[in-house]
Amino acid sequence: MASPVRSPHPRENRIVFKNIDGPGWTNDIDCYLRDGGYEELKKALGMKPETIVNEVKVSGLRGRGGAGFPCGVKWGFIRPGGPKPVYLICNADESEPGTFKDRYIIHQDPHQMIEGMVISCFAVNARLAYIYIRGEFPEGAKILERALAEAREHGFLGKNILGSGFDCEIYVHRGAGAYICGEETGLIESLEGKRAYPRIKPPYFPAALGLYMCPTVVNNVETLCNVKHIVRMGGAEYAKIGRPNNTGTRLLCVSGDVQKPGYFELEVGAVTMGELIYDICGGMKPGRKLKAVIPGGSSAKVLRAGDTYKMKVKQPDGSMADGEVKLEDIPLDFDSLAAAGSMAGSGGVIVMDDSRDMVWALNNINEFYAHESCGQCTPCREGSLWMKKITDRMLKGAGVHQDTDTLKGVADNIAGRTICAFGEACAWPTQSFVLKFRDEFLATARNGSQASPQEKNGGSQ
Amino acid sequence: MEIPAELEAKIDEAITHYPVFKRSATLPLLHLFQEHFGFITDEAIDWIAKKLELAPINVLELVTFYPMFRREPAGKHHIRVCRTLSCAMAGGYELLDTFCKHAKIDRSHNGHGHILKSEDGKYSIEFVECLASCGFGPVCMINDDFYEAVAQNEVPELLKKYQ
Repeated sequence: MASPVRSPHPRENRIVFKNIDGPGWTNDIDCYLRDGGYEELKKALGMKPETIVNEVKVSGLRGRGGAGFPCGVKWGFIRPGGPKPVYLICNADESEPGTFKDRYIIHQDPHQMIEGMVISCFAVNARLAYIYIRGEFPEGAKILERALAEAREHGFLGKNILGSGFDCEIYVHRGAGAYICGEETGLIESLEGKRAYPRIKPPYFPAALGLYMCPTVVNNVETLCNVKHIVRMGGAEYAKIGRPNNTGTRLLCVSGDVQKPGYFELEVGAVTMGELIYDICGGMKPGRKLKAVIPGGSSAKVLRAGDTYKMKVKQPDGSMADGEVKLEDIPLDFDSLAAAGSMAGSGGVIVMDDSRDMVWALNNINEFYAHESCGQCTPCREGSLWMKKITDRMLKGAGVHQDTDTLKGVADNIAGRTICAFGEACAWPTQSFVLKFRDEFLATARNGSQASPQEKNGGSQ
Repeated sequence: MEIPAELEAKIDEAITHYPVFKRSATLPLLHLFQEHFGFITDEAIDWIAKKLELAPINVLELVTFYPMFRREPAGKHHIRVCRTLSCAMAGGYELLDTFCKHAKIDRSHNGHGHILKSEDGKYSIEFVECLASCGFGPVCMINDDFYEAVAQNEVPELLKKYQ
């Protein structure tokens, strides 16, 4: 249970994670105030709300929860002066396998998140906000409750914040173990006291109809923290970090078969997949070679080492032209990972080496989605379970040779046929694993009984 | 079923967090009941429904949807082991086995929806999905306490802390 060493890597540019693991840093308000905490809130309250929305638009900040939607545009959907109250929800339901960033903000720097939330509430004129935190973070919920009480005592929350005339209240709402609550309309249903069944789109954004059928903004923890820094630097200055259309920093979480897994705050697109794995995470384990990477949480399509990917590549003269890059050379930004056929998603990078059985890995992922499907749409409810049953029987030596194609067929009939993106989230792993490691799946289906997943993985699945 | 005054005060306070629509307080109330009584009984469901002016089915359907709620008591100390990919790669399945061995829990049933208990009722265990500490697996929770990078040989010592 020894705690790994977690000092920042020299290539990091820590903005949101500036104080995470910092010597002497504590999560109480006095420590935060000594570091200049809540100064940006004071600044924001002196600005016009629409100016803040505009600064966030100019910053180019894209949502850090998974979809990468421009935050300022999302906020812009809220019509100022509308007849209904506006709500803001902080999505702290961090549950995407491979992702472990929001945990550290909540545990170690809760006031940064609260300050970001109050500024955001002021910008979109929300007077009531909720932090939807996953049920498995009981300590995080207690820390947030205490931090909110401290913020209230100091006048950063409640009635007439810092004499500005702006009232804002924030409450913590705990989930209870359902991954689907990370989907924003499922989250809203859950917050309304119902099963977390995602809502039918359109409307595509809760900005139109959200909590209690009122305009609602739902943002990820990391996104809301970035708002504070945008107010500090100004949108234009923030936009200089990272790359065009991929601005700011990203909290990347690396797990799996690297020497030094962990979390790293890197400028978006500043490093490639190879630099992340070999320079920052110390490379693969001794004697092992890179086999595959899931770049953005388990829903993201797997990328195979040795493949090349077509995308725009920076030329020596600085211009961009069509080219092909290896997995190791893909820059870690939203657009490059999308061009490679996957996604930056939630920033959870899962690295697998050549000791890993891909059928075993996919079966583990399939079990997750089969368990987490909310059950509302038939293709997803049934399909996620079928896919799990197929990979499971393949591993147990009971596969049939059609299994590889059946898997693809099931997955192809889920994606695009469901109310929410969970359909894609559960289909993409199967589609990509089967496409990229087809030979391995065929071999396991053919002679599953001879291949022992226990031996290959040291696992007992 | 007796609702102690202290619990009812917490319940009433929680309801104030939802000034627009008190049905929103259903999950928080279920959490408070489970924390106090250890699991969710039929009586609890009826009590919450009445308190929030709902039909009991509105409460029951949440208990059956959200995996953290139990209809039966867990052990005195409840262990949750992460099952998902990064932890499985780091030995999550072996960790569950090791816990079972040392806590004397029969592991003939595996997977979700089964809370396995030791005969003396001291420990119970279940697999849960991603606990969001994937870089430092395998991870587990014992009651509300969280543990990262748990080596199998550390399990006996860890269990000693929970008597």
